[in-house]
Amino acid sequence: MAATRTFRVLPGFHLTLGYTLAYLSLIVLLPLAAVFLKTASLSLAEFWAVVSAPRVVATYKLSFGMSLAAAAINAVFGLMLAWSLVRYTFPGKRLIDALVDLPFALPTAVAGIALTALYAKNGWLGQYLEPLGIQVAFKPQGVLVALVFIGLPFVVRTVQPILEDLDTELEEAAASLGAQRWQIFRHVILPVLLPALLTGFALAFARAVGEYGSVIFIAGNIPMVSEITPLMIITKLEQYDYSGATAIAVVMLLLSFTLLLAINGLQAWTAKRTGRDR
Amino acid sequence: MAGATTLNWAAAAHADTAARFETRDATRETPLVKWLVLGLSLTFFAVFLLLPLVAVFVEALRKGWETYWTALAHEDALSAVKLTLTAAIIAVPLNLVFGVCAAWAIAKFEFRGKHFLITLIDLPFSVSPVIAGLVYVLIFGAQGWLGPWLAAHEIKILFAVPGIVLATVFVTFPFVARELIPLMQAQGREEEEAAIVLGANGWQTFWYVTLPNIKWGLLYGVILCNARAMGEFGAVSVVSGHIRGQTNTLPLHVEILYNEYQFAAAFAVASLLAMLALVTLGIKTWVEHRAAHASRDETPPEALQDAAS
Repeated sequence: MAATRTFRVLPGFHLTLGYTLAYLSLIVLLPLAAVFLKTASLSLAEFWAVVSAPRVVATYKLSFGMSLAAAAINAVFGLMLAWSLVRYTFPGKRLIDALVDLPFALPTAVAGIALTALYAKNGWLGQYLEPLGIQVAFKPQGVLVALVFIGLPFVVRTVQPILEDLDTELEEAAASLGAQRWQIFRHVILPVLLPALLTGFALAFARAVGEYGSVIFIAGNIPMVSEITPLMIITKLEQYDYSGATAIAVVMLLLSFTLLLAINGLQAWTAKRTGRDR
Repeated sequence: MAGATTLNWAAAAHADTAARFETRDATRETPLVKWLVLGLSLTFFAVFLLLPLVAVFVEALRKGWETYWTALAHEDALSAVKLTLTAAIIAVPLNLVFGVCAAWAIAKFEFRGKHFLITLIDLPFSVSPVIAGLVYVLIFGAQGWLGPWLAAHEIKILFAVPGIVLATVFVTFPFVARELIPLMQAQGREEEEAAIVLGANGWQTFWYVTLPNIKWGLLYGVILCNARAMGEFGAVSVVSGHIRGQTNTLPLHVEILYNEYQFAAAFAVASLLAMLALVTLGIKTWVEHRAAHASRDETPPEALQDAAS
């Protein structure tokens, strides 16, 4: 240690790092540790009984399934939207570019009631979808719509800077060697974009799994059909079943931490693939 | 979950790049493909993002201006506005001070475990807001660790204003820090070291050297932090207890009105929050614009020539 220690010109290292660690521990780490400690009051059998109850398992399937589907839809359309914003000129582009971040800025409860109003039986879109036999509001499909809404900016905003930085020389070289436009996209552009696209997908997925506000209004929250996992935690809390709520929270936290590690790995890969600083 | 909301200085520096691609054969698509991609992506944007925003305002005014103003002037709505502002006024400065401290320690000094620390700071973004509320129930609730002690001393945290503030602080925790850390890392520490060598003290160095360099990033983090603080629903919903006129923030007030089938009133209050979102996006775009100009002014001429060629 002593050998690598350098003289610090700038002041405030101990003060700022100390404050950072203290504040982080007090606000984030200790409260999260409380979740794991509370679960320790359950035996393994009790824990398993809570987290593998059929109604809870149904929520995992819905939450994970719909989050994956929403992230996949966002990966496709988010890439197209980022592509349009970077490569094409069209009227209203700057306004659209700014509005892409709307799901970050619009409170989730507002998004939830707005989407419900659109997709309800007599809503703006619902009245046209209903005769086609497509029901969205108060069905699992409603969960999907809400998760697509909140996840879109994650994909656009991770892919867009990489697309902007792309060298035109690469494509010109490929074209001069006789490659078709689709071949250039598939074999030249997509490999460069892939890590960022996967990062955007993972970010959208991670956000979708934990999302609550925008989903509960449109989902209908029917047990075994359209209940999401975060709602299950709320339901247990309302029944004063604190250990049950905590057990489900632990399952979600473990998934979140795994995703966080995966996202960190993907971002390192993006940096390596594109030579960009994170 | 860094990466998605952070201000992209490099990209902001050359804002409209479309011409670069559209003028060359090798980098453009056939018109058919172009209009297909453009049409699909803009339709998707209109249906999934624009339509919900428009719906909020149309539904809010469905029963006319009178209903709209009545809903906003109701005393429960006003107390919800007050509580939302209170939570933001406490949470944003707390996380601002933390963000500056964390960024100073991480960007200006070398120490072990730095990457791990950055990951930990991002943690609240990957935790479901419902769990953020749950942790405070476990600590301060009647059956919680500190519950009996708090009850004995007649201190109310859960189902009261302090709980709402704590939950808001948790969910907005990383906003300023994650904005400043990459920015201050990129700027290095030469300017600050020069100031210290020339005799400035630490506070003067921060105030006159560092702060002017990070002001746009700081503002950017603060407005995003504020938008989330005022709009948070899940975490606050768990700790609030939904006591009308006392522990309802604006988003919770929207939920109550909606569940009581007072749709026009619910959307009227929601339209306030939607306007807040639009103002946030406006300021954000303006900051990006200013930041792009600032970094363009500082870019050496030869780098600009590289970019133009």
